[in-house]
Amino acid sequence: MPRRLPGAGVQRNGTLSTGIGERVQRKEDRRLLNGQAKFVGDIRLPRQWEAAFVRSPLAHGHIRAIRKPAGSESRVFTAADLSDVRPIRAESSLPSYNASDQYPLARDKVRFVGECVAICIAPTRAEAEDLAELVEVEFDPLPAVVDALKARELGAALLHEEWGNNLFLTTYFDGDIEGLRRTAPVVVEREYSTARQCMNPMEGKGTLAHWDEKAGQLVVYTSTQVPHLIRSGLSQFLGLDQGQVRVIAPDVGGGFGYKCVLQPEELSVSWVARRTGRPIRWTEDRREHLVAGANTRQHHYRISAFADERGRILGLDAEITVDVGAYSVWPFTACLEAAQAGGNLPGPYDFGTYRCRTYSVATNKPAFTPYRGVARPGVCFAMELTIDAIAHAVGREPSEIRKENLVPAAKMPYTNVTKKFYDSGDYPESVAQAERAIDLKGFRERQQAARKAGRYLGVGFSTFTEQSAHGTKVFAAWGLPLVPGYDQAMVKITPSGSVEVRSGNHSFGQGLETTLAQVASEWLTVDVERISVVMGDTGVTPYSTGAYASRGMVMSGGAVSKAAEVLAGRIRRHAAHLLQCRAEDVRLAEGKAWHGVAHVSFEDIARVWYLRPDRLPDDVETTGLEVTEGYKPDIDTGVFTYATHAAIVEVDPETGKVAIEDYFIFEDCGRRVNPLILEGQAYGGAAQGIGTALFEEVLYDGNGQPLTSTLADYILPGPAELPHFRLGHAETLSPYTRHGIKGVGEGAAIAPGGAIINAVNDALRPFGVELHSIPATPEKVLHALLRARAGQEAAE
Amino acid sequence: MKPAPFDLIRPTDPAAAGLALAAGDGTAKVVSGSQSLGPMLNLRLARPEQLIDVTSLPGLTAMRETATHVEIGAAVTHARIEDGECPEPIAGILHHVAGGIAYRAVRNRGTIGGSLCHADPAADWVTAMTALGASVIATGPGGAREIAMTDFMLGAYRTALATNEIVTLIRIPRHSVEARWGYYKICRKVGEFADAIGAFVADPVSRTCRVVFGATGGAPLLSAELAGHVARTGAPAEIAAVKEVLANSGQALSEIKIHQLAVAHRRSVLEALADA
Ligand SMILES: Cc1cc2nc3c(=O)[nH]c(=O)nc-3n(C[C@H](O)[C@H](O)[C@H](O)COP(=O)(O)OP(=O)(O)OC[C@H]3O[C@@H](n4cnc5c(N)ncnc54)[C@H](O)[C@@H]3O)c2cc1C
Repeated sequence: MPRRLPGAGVQRNGTLSTGIGERVQRKEDRRLLNGQAKFVGDIRLPRQWEAAFVRSPLAHGHIRAIRKPAGSESRVFTAADLSDVRPIRAESSLPSYNASDQYPLARDKVRFVGECVAICIAPTRAEAEDLAELVEVEFDPLPAVVDALKARELGAALLHEEWGNNLFLTTYFDGDIEGLRRTAPVVVEREYSTARQCMNPMEGKGTLAHWDEKAGQLVVYTSTQVPHLIRSGLSQFLGLDQGQVRVIAPDVGGGFGYKCVLQPEELSVSWVARRTGRPIRWTEDRREHLVAGANTRQHHYRISAFADERGRILGLDAEITVDVGAYSVWPFTACLEAAQAGGNLPGPYDFGTYRCRTYSVATNKPAFTPYRGVARPGVCFAMELTIDAIAHAVGREPSEIRKENLVPAAKMPYTNVTKKFYDSGDYPESVAQAERAIDLKGFRERQQAARKAGRYLGVGFSTFTEQSAHGTKVFAAWGLPLVPGYDQAMVKITPSGSVEVRSGNHSFGQGLETTLAQVASEWLTVDVERISVVMGDTGVTPYSTGAYASRGMVMSGGAVSKAAEVLAGRIRRHAAHLLQCRAEDVRLAEGKAWHGVAHVSFEDIARVWYLRPDRLPDDVETTGLEVTEGYKPDIDTGVFTYATHAAIVEVDPETGKVAIEDYFIFEDCGRRVNPLILEGQAYGGAAQGIGTALFEEVLYDGNGQPLTSTLADYILPGPAELPHFRLGHAETLSPYTRHGIKGVGEGAAIAPGGAIINAVNDALRPFGVELHSIPATPEKVLHALLRARAGQEAAE
Repeated sequence: MKPAPFDLIRPTDPAAAGLALAAGDGTAKVVSGSQSLGPMLNLRLARPEQLIDVTSLPGLTAMRETATHVEIGAAVTHARIEDGECPEPIAGILHHVAGGIAYRAVRNRGTIGGSLCHADPAADWVTAMTALGASVIATGPGGAREIAMTDFMLGAYRTALATNEIVTLIRIPRHSVEARWGYYKICRKVGEFADAIGAFVADPVSRTCRVVFGATGGAPLLSAELAGHVARTGAPAEIAAVKEVLANSGQALSEIKIHQLAVAHRRSVLEALADA
């Protein structure tokens, strides 16, 4: 039962509300915290077996032969068996795009360590692994392509020979940069890089498939953010009618983007389940995740920024290389990242000249998948370090440079140099808020005093805008095979007067079960305790493309709002009949319909409609107490959340360790549906961003062998490494969405890299050290310090 | 990540354990807290046919103090030491080292004997026990023998233990009340294995002074030279001088590693001398 926090549950019109804006505790937490949630790993069907994959030990090679263990041939399947499955192929309409064919079990060639080669089934996972060990695969090794910059060069080994190069996509955005290069008073040139990462949701991937003869359906329980998309994907690549596929996402233990694409394992498991007539389950283990799931964040930037003497940006020239990995994921393709990077690099800043080339490069690594913030953690890092570099070049306080270059509130709405339409907000004010919260002036004094005592403190800021809930035209412009349109939701009153909401979106930690209920509660005035939210099952929910792009609250929230509004109107009309008044005079409050002091409860209304229609007039409206509505915001270009993060760090110059002393986030995501959940999203996102900034890094050797295949080598921040986050908020409502909501789920993961590394560089200024790559591990910091010292000694 | 099949026995009689180990002829393996062996089993890097759980053997979970030594059963967990159940050879040192190992969940099961036998260069007990001048009691078919820590760990994951021996006891000399210690661990985050460890123990009464470097990639490194420096001057040597010693130690250490070890050493000594 959701309890209200002290101070929550506001009296509105004299009644207690659980509607929009309330700090309602999450409805889903009781089962999640009590171990009663139901993940794919908790489901057990009669006759179910488990699967284990034989995965490629090589980064690149031809498969010469696969030998199944004698006597177990019927329990091992390879590409030859799955010959009727189509390869995963994500088309894109963008010019220059090269599509890739990814067979769910590698055929002819393997292209990364961890690529699936065979699937083995047995009563238990351990036995399936025993079997997998016995499968013999012979390879002819090929040179591994590990470095994306080198992979662009002529003569590099090719992943997909038929392309003639290793480029999924090259994009150009042209502006008159050459002119600026000659005339700009200040030119700042930098190279930046961000490491490859694994998203590490607590629950990895997991899929359990079986053929339901009665329904004539393949039923697939899978840990996904996008059940309806997976249904389309499975049907397309398995060659089934969509009616023959039902996808059910049960509780999902984190997604972050990792589960927003069709997984090759989903195809293999489904195929085997259908072939064998047995429920088959596969659950990803952490090692599989850290090897075959090393699929995100790796960017490289070459940037020239041009500014005037005061640090006002005149233009930006950039070359962005995205290390895509071996394949193009379905449906978001290998291009989404670079398209977003090129489009978002100018971020919240107001300048007119921009040139950008992006390269999406194929390498022998797992296929790039968008991760919380999609491209923006990289571009924000690059842009924010560039801002500080400009400030340094002109000898001014970086936050001043930020405020002067950000799009001012007076220019809103604003169309930026890449034609992004910033709908609303006061960006410079977010920096001012952060300066105050972190006491910038006081800090500068403290910093001086600390330096004298041999302690090195630094402050860093980072500001971004986040396009959220970008719609049809945006995705269409990215050339994707699958474009989101309207999101739909169903809201109904049950015969006992409680409310049921159905959405095709899914919640994997964002709290949608609670916030969608709050949106319904806003219109229907029913307490969220009496509103159940059903999601994730394509068999019983209206179509939605699912949870990604910080779209859930805007899109599904909008759809629930619209459906609930329509339903509220119908309730009023039914009530008017029972109350013998006009519908316009009926008011809803506390889950009842009122006319003056006379009232009927929803239960009464529902009982009459469902069980005693004899009490209704003959000409009663027959549409009933169940409404499905679709929703799309008034604009298709997305609504822009923005935030400024500020960090104070202390760097230990002897060990290279960075300690975060203070961390402040000021964000504006329009209407806050549930401030409590929003804060949780900010903490979680920022924690992941700190992982990006200081800890997480997938390393490979020259042969493309991953060196970080356990959590002893791939370091995630733990509670002791995280600061006490402080938050501030503005609520600039979007003029274009229902309730003024903007998306916010991804946001906080975007800025920490910029804020923290700017702070580290500020701290290390006396040593003449500036870092340009993340994560800033102690080793990297030490290395830079030792090199700087050696340089100084050589100079002396 | 499931282990290959194996049998598990949990003998309560040392002879039975010894017999099983001998009968296994290399295919049986001792298991204690399973915090190091467990992951290796799951990754199928270790594939014993039989595991002999030593945690029920008599005396292996006991701790006591004699006139000269602290004796700790090999299967005593890090958590019990952290919680102060164990007598201290010098005030606070075992409690401190134990509390810095991994996370509580790992400490609840992981054992001091298991850690020493595993002989991970980056582990804490191998370095701390070397600094304390401890020894282990190895028990095999021929009876028990005492092996000094400096002779016990031969290199990364290598010990002087014979395949048919198990460690039953760890013996640590008791130090005087005037003894000082410092233990500085550089690691990526709370609970991680060390990137570098500096350990320092000095006892004016017994005129011992030990400087130990841990997480060197091999067995802990003792430096009489640096110990002598502290004993003579009452202060740690300059970082540059420490680096010199490490560079000439015969171990292949990277520039960063040498730097980290030197810093850890310096901080361990300063910590030890701070309240002197
Ligand atoms: C996440 C994590 C973090 C960790 N961090 C640290 C850290 O920061 N510092 C640190 O020092 N350690 C760390 N460890 C290791 C931990 O301390 C283990 O407990 C320890 O290394 C092994 O002890 P065990 O009792 O679990 O041994 P087991 O895993 O049971 O055995 C280890 C090895 O020793 C052998 N063995 C065990 N007992 C005996 C015996 N009595 N006689 C002969 N052979 C024996 C086994 O055959 C095996 O080869 C970490 C472990 C984990 C999982």
